[in-house]
Order: sequence, then structure tokens, then C-alpha cells
Amino acid sequence: MSKSVALFALLVMSATSIASATEPPEVRLVIRDHRFVPTELKVPANTKIKLMVVNQDATPEEFESHSLNREKIVPAGAKATVYIGPLKPGRYDFFGEYNEATAKGVVIAE
Amino acid sequence: MLAIWILVFREVLEAAMIVSIVAAATRGVAGRWRWIGSGILIGCAGAGLVAAGAEGIAGALSGMGQEWFNAGVLLAATTTLGWHVVWMARHGRQLASEAGRFGADVSEGRRPLTALLAVVALAVLREGSEVVLFAYGMLAGGSASGGLVTGAVLGLLSGVAAGVAMYAGLLRIPMRHFFRATNGLLILLAAGLAAAAAGFLNQADVLPTLADPMWDSSWLLTDDGWLGRALHALVGYSAQPTGMQVLFYLSIVVLLTGGARLAAPRRDAIAVVPTPST
Repeated sequence: MSKSVALFALLVMSATSIASATEPPEVRLVIRDHRFVPTELKVPANTKIKLMVVNQDATPEEFESHSLNREKIVPAGAKATVYIGPLKPGRYDFFGEYNEATAKGVVIAE
Repeated sequence: MLAIWILVFREVLEAAMIVSIVAAATRGVAGRWRWIGSGILIGCAGAGLVAAGAEGIAGALSGMGQEWFNAGVLLAATTTLGWHVVWMARHGRQLASEAGRFGADVSEGRRPLTALLAVVALAVLREGSEVVLFAYGMLAGGSASGGLVTGAVLGLLSGVAAGVAMYAGLLRIPMRHFFRATNGLLILLAAGLAAAAAGFLNQADVLPTLADPMWDSSWLLTDDGWLGRALHALVGYSAQPTGMQVLFYLSIVVLLTGGARLAAPRRDAIAVVPTPST
């Protein structure tokens, strides 16, 4: 029992150390006046990306993308991390669900 | 106002689809509306709490609180649905054969209803909390007006109407296929929820995507259209799923189909198996 616990702990530790050893590149996306800045994010294909969404508005926003299968609420004035990829080359639309008319953007993996 | 209407409708629709399938699947079980109603009320209260604690949840677990929370809620719903599906496979035929006189089955019928109450509550909680947060943002941003209330009410009513229409449609399924059909729908629903959970675990970088996207069927049916959205809510359709989502989906389908088959009473045994008393 304790042996398996130790083994599990070892596995978790090695898994997290591998994860931290290969920390994916970070890309910043700002929400300002219910718009995304920039509206086009160019990222390398076949690479995991750490997308840092910074909400500078005084209202919450939901970063959402059907093509990326992502949705995350970013509270007012807060930051949120969304991991995306590794993506096949292509265009992946995203939008702010709470302000869909203005908050639109696209991730271009190439 | 239109934007609010559409947003609220979309969220309510997702919950309403789940509630209508649950309502249809428990057809004929006495007292089910009380259970479903309680599930909706608990879900609404939970939605308020989740929205109020949204910042706390967002900041928890090194910023991955939302993902863990959503994945947890979705997997809990998958598990309870799975339990119900297997239970129905065991007792559904009995319910079907005694259609019209369910009074005696009330106590028996209650067993899956506690599970389904949880499913309804979790569905309403998840979708409802997004609506509450959105409304809060509108109020905080000062852009709220009569339009907010009108839009929200219209969204709620049209979402509920769609759920009622779905329910009415399901009831048209002939009785002898009914439990098989609704059980099949519940299996696909559970698989869709599991796939959504896998998406959140991908987002938190807990699980690898395996392939992203695994395929792209958006040329055939987009995620953004109404049909795509409805099918997403019902059977978990996604035009560009990740490999891990497909894996979760198929695993649940295989697991629950197999489980239901194993649990089903043998045809020849039915006549002699006494009605379980609990």
C-alpha cells in the first residue's frame, strides 16, 4: 500500500517536473473595450501554447472557441491561462461570449 | 436586447435539452416532476452561488479552478447518467410492460430519480451560472436596462419552449421502442458530457489532446449554427474535437452499452423474476 503511494507520488513528481521542464511558450491576449487585442494571434503549429488572456475591462468576459474547444470565464480585471494545442495548421476562431458582436479573433497556427 | 435574448436562449437550451431527455426517460414514473422541479430549483440556487464565487473558483488551483470545477461537474453528471442507464436496462422493460399503472412502482422509481435530480441540478447549475455572470457584467458595466430583463425573460421562455417541444417529440416514440430509444439518448448525452469534461482537462493541460483537431467536419455541420448547437447539447457533437475527447466519448458509449447489456434481464427470465421490493 505505502509502496504504491510512494510510486504514485514519484510518478506525479516526475510528471510535473517534465511538465515544468517543457513550459510552453506564452502568448498574450488582451480584452479591452469588449474587443480582443490583437485580433489575430499567430502561433506555431504542432506546439502547445500557453495563452494568457488579460481582461482589462470592468466586466467579466468568457473566452470561447468552438474550433479550439475552449471556454473560460475571465473575471473583470483578471488574467486567465488557457492551454491550446498542439494545433494542426489552420485558422481557429474565438470570441467573447458576453460581447459577441465586438469581441472576435482568430488563432492562426502555421 | 437581441444579444441577451440569444445568449440566455443558448444557455437555457442546453439545460432544457438535458431536462427534456431526463423527463422523457422517466415517463410514467410517479412523482418525477417533483424530482425534476427540485433539480431545477437546486440548480438555480447553485448557479447563483457559483456565479458569486466565480472569482474564487477562477483563482483556485493555480488558475485552473474553473477547468477542474467544470470537469468535475460534467463527470459527476456522466456517472449519474451512467448509473441510471444501467438501472433502466434492468427495470425499464418492467416499467414499459406496466405502462399506465405505475403507482406501485413509485418507491422503486425513486431510486434512479435521485440520480436524475442530480443530473438536472448540475446541468442547470452549469448553464445558469454563465447567465448570472453575464447579467452581473451587464449590471456592473452600466449597460443594463429594461432590455436586459426583457431579453433574459424571452431567452428563458424560448429555451423552455424548445425543451417542451423536444419532450413532446420524444413522447411520440412508440412505447415498445421508448425505453430503448431514451436510454440510447441518455448514453449519447453522457458520452457528450464526458467529452466536454475531456475538453476542460485539455484546457487545463492535465490531459494531452492526442490530436487537435482529430477531424474537421465543419464543412458539413458547424458548431455555431442552431443545428450544431442543438446536437452539441444532445449528443455532444463537435466539428473539431480533440483526440482525447473522442476517446472519452467512445469509452463511455462502449462502457454504458456493455453495462446496460449485462444488466438487462434475460428475456425468458422476465416472467419468473419477482418484482424487487426496494
